[in-house]
Amino acid sequence: MEKLSKEQVKHVANLARLAITEEEAEKFTAQLGAITDFAEQLNELDTTNVEPTTHVLPLVNVLREDVAVKGLDREVMMKNVKDQQDGLVKVPPIITE
Amino acid sequence: MSLFKKSAAELQELLHSKEVTIADLAQEAYDRIDAVDGEVGAFLALNKENALAQAKEMDEVPFEKRGPLYGLPIGIKDNIVTEGLETTCASKILEGFNPIYNATVVEKLKEAGMVTIGKLNMDEFAMGSATENSAIKPVHNPWNFAHVPGGSSGGSAAAVAAGEVPFSLGSDTGGSIRQPAAYCGVVGMKPTYGRVSRYGLVAFASSLDQIGPITRNVRDNALILETIAGVDEHDSTSANVEVPHYVDQLTGDIRGLKVAVPKEYLAEGVSDGVRKVVLAAIDQLKELGATVDEVSLPHSKYALAAYYILSSSEASSNLSRFDGIRYGYQAKASNLDELYTKTRAEGFGDEVKRRIMLGTYSLSAGTYDAYYKKAQQVRTLIKQDFDQVFEKYDVIVGPTTPTTAFKLGENIDDPMTVYANDILTVPINLAGVPAISIPCGFDNGLPVGLQIIGKYFEEGTVYRVADVFEQATDFHEKTPQTWEVK
Amino acid sequence: MNYETVIGLEVHVELKTKSKIFSPSPNQFGSEPNTNTSVIDLGYPGVLPVVNKEVVNYGMRAALALNMHINKQTKFDRKNYFYPDNPKAYQISQFDKPIGEHGWIEIEVGEEKKRIGITRIHMEEDAGKLFHGKNSSLIDFNRQGTPLLEIVSEPDMRTPEEAYAYLEKLKAIIQYTGVSDVRMEEGSLRCDANISIRPYGQKEFGVKTELKNLNSFSFVRKGLEYEEQRQAAVLNAGGEIKQETRRFDEKTGKTILMRVKEGTDDYRYFPEPDLVDIVIDDEWLEREKALIPELPDARKERYVSEFGLPAYDAHVLTLSKETADFFEATVATGADAKLSSNWLMGEVSAYLNAEQKELSETALTPEGLGGMIKLISAGTISSKIAKKVFKELVTNGGNAEKIVKEKGLVQISDEGALLKMVTEVLDNNAQSIEDFKNGKDRAIGYLVGQIMKASRGQANPQLVNKLLLQEIQKR
Repeated sequence: MEKLSKEQVKHVANLARLAITEEEAEKFTAQLGAITDFAEQLNELDTTNVEPTTHVLPLVNVLREDVAVKGLDREVMMKNVKDQQDGLVKVPPIITE
Repeated sequence: MSLFKKSAAELQELLHSKEVTIADLAQEAYDRIDAVDGEVGAFLALNKENALAQAKEMDEVPFEKRGPLYGLPIGIKDNIVTEGLETTCASKILEGFNPIYNATVVEKLKEAGMVTIGKLNMDEFAMGSATENSAIKPVHNPWNFAHVPGGSSGGSAAAVAAGEVPFSLGSDTGGSIRQPAAYCGVVGMKPTYGRVSRYGLVAFASSLDQIGPITRNVRDNALILETIAGVDEHDSTSANVEVPHYVDQLTGDIRGLKVAVPKEYLAEGVSDGVRKVVLAAIDQLKELGATVDEVSLPHSKYALAAYYILSSSEASSNLSRFDGIRYGYQAKASNLDELYTKTRAEGFGDEVKRRIMLGTYSLSAGTYDAYYKKAQQVRTLIKQDFDQVFEKYDVIVGPTTPTTAFKLGENIDDPMTVYANDILTVPINLAGVPAISIPCGFDNGLPVGLQIIGKYFEEGTVYRVADVFEQATDFHEKTPQTWEVK
Repeated sequence: MNYETVIGLEVHVELKTKSKIFSPSPNQFGSEPNTNTSVIDLGYPGVLPVVNKEVVNYGMRAALALNMHINKQTKFDRKNYFYPDNPKAYQISQFDKPIGEHGWIEIEVGEEKKRIGITRIHMEEDAGKLFHGKNSSLIDFNRQGTPLLEIVSEPDMRTPEEAYAYLEKLKAIIQYTGVSDVRMEEGSLRCDANISIRPYGQKEFGVKTELKNLNSFSFVRKGLEYEEQRQAAVLNAGGEIKQETRRFDEKTGKTILMRVKEGTDDYRYFPEPDLVDIVIDDEWLEREKALIPELPDARKERYVSEFGLPAYDAHVLTLSKETADFFEATVATGADAKLSSNWLMGEVSAYLNAEQKELSETALTPEGLGGMIKLISAGTISSKIAKKVFKELVTNGGNAEKIVKEKGLVQISDEGALLKMVTEVLDNNAQSIEDFKNGKDRAIGYLVGQIMKASRGQANPQLVNKLLLQEIQKR
């Protein structure tokens, strides 16, 4: 893999919705670069035909019966909400270009 | 001497003989916290009013209706949600967060009659190996305040080591129970993945996280694991495997037990002091009747890289929900995008940001195969290493950490060096097998941990070995200076 | 230049399970805002999803009805993106192992039959509902976690008409399986369209645009019609089509640019670590297969062969399972099939349209309608009277025979009684008799009208005709 660039770091920060300053971008580029350099060693291993592991346990078909339970009281549901209006959760306007 | 040097059974005896009450035990915890926590820094939110009131009521319950943990105080890592008790994961982004439900383990502790003393400090979102990444305050190692307690369950280990509570819960994603247990000279168990419900554990890396107990002795640890373990309908990844009475499996006998010692776990990187202490412990196991062979876990050196990619990838997704809208910290913003980017930039610390970015990058369209998928494949190889050794051996033994606790601030700007601390613990999480760290000696006055790794769902065997070693040694009896503080 | 249009559709269908896909909250439309949520739907720290088994059953059933291959091992993945109606900032969906792949349905446009491929069908969770305002946006999380099936077609459609027919057929099939209400007005069926054009003969697809806000099948058709013309105009003017998302404006019938797509969105899909794989064995598959009722095409054929209905009638009746079931139940009461079809497609359908109602929301029963049709066939009531009876049946229900009796609507077929009326009318209309005898055939119509009036419409028209002619001859 090619070296992680500052532009890539900024792009990734944007994907992750993290505001970063120019200084931070530089710092993170160096630090993430060191980590990805380290990760390069995985390429020493030949993993052709090796199945990826998502779950270590062989569990399948863990399913729930279709039974409904009453929803939270709105008051409880809003307990940690900072801003609300008419029973709805309020957020700043969405600006689309 | 503090009451909390005593085991659960001894504390129950004191309750039965009416020498102390449940309220006394809770009060003792808060007194100890008042006395030492200013320097240790283990506790975040305290449950004082509730706990004392609850303890008084519980004192009225007749003895025949009480179980072995009834009325005993416990501290809970701050990434385990507790209804009505602030839960922050030691992050600014969850400042003031008041959960409206309980984690399954909290419900189980409640049923068993344990009294929640408070929430324990940690690395922010469990990301770290020193608890220096707590956004609230650092934790100091009770054995030497200049040193870190390990992490991420630094508060959980330090609180028990400092005698603030006799028991605590931690969580372990890459060593976060075992490493601080080793650094603080206490007993910490990371159960088999799926053994304990993760419902209510604020997710760091879903496929690696497990909750486990931290205690002063093996028997109490087994008792608490038995209480919190078991399948949970709220957690699809919890296993429907019967939970045995672990305490009954503490037979005191390990004659003929087959112990494997991976050569990679004593190789370079492990300090001479730690190696010496651990080799002595292994000799002790031999003396106690076990057979010991050197084996190889050939893919060990790749575990760290695979671990950081996988855990960060999952974390990048798990931590996306912290956006300031439904709970937690909310930055001032004039539009939605600003709300997201400012809330998250102001709410998360640097280590969390680093891992979110690493994970986001690893999962991106252009890098997925080379990073995430590759790491998952390497995970398969690491798991196979363990499977092969466990075909012939009952347990794998080695050091928990390459060194003893390092100094606060020593590595703070060098993430890679801190990560290297996890080299002996992360392979276990990748494989999903259980492992315990128990005190096995000291190096320069700081505790050394012995790691005992078992087969899937054979925590009982792990406990048996740990208990036999504990019975034959007195490392667990030692207490740091902190205990003298009144 | 002449272009060929290429259309592919993405349809989202809400499943009518009792609870949500990953939480036990009620799956209910139209509740007070933010009252059908749980900590799981709200993406609280520490919560975990658990799959609702019925969603898998329904997914499988729909996939089988669409002639799809079922993936015996299927799993969920996370699709990561930030939006306020998406509380976890990831949607649990399916990526590389959807429950069904490689299906098809047959559509009919004019006389021509055509097979439209279905690429995939997958299960996922719906998002909450966002209300955009100028100074803020507001969120209702009730819909968060509603089970959805996303059904993605192959780019096999070549005209907006075909797209319309595809949607009509897809809706019918899904509705037959009973897994969804498929009501576009309630959002339980939603459609996005991808459209591109290319010069005839060119193999490669042109650059496509995605159309959103298509709130009815006819808006889909209109939006596509507008878009194919717009794209052709752009190309003919020497411009080029940009990959963009466009919104259909119902008022103007035009499509309006929403955003230009730069590259592909990076959703960072990865396997959902909180959920385990689903493995479907043959037994489970067969169980679901057995629950699929006779589907529209099969019914259509049967209506032609069994009931002798015209193909058109069979098509219309089978578009909705409710109508088809009603039709069969009506015929089962002994009513004539063609008459039953006429009534359902005519009077009943007109009533439902006017009242904006579903058949089940009226008082009409197959027994009621069948009884009425039998009375028509037996000559007990005339078609005209039947309309009165129908009004009563559809608003208040009941039994046609009883209504006819109670309201005195029985057709008068008693010759004696009719003869009396005929005689009276003839006595009072000597001029008309004269006219008729002078060859003015119209005069007979006037006389029949007078008799019908006198009988309040209840006289048997055929009998009145016969008696009139007979009596006029005598004069």
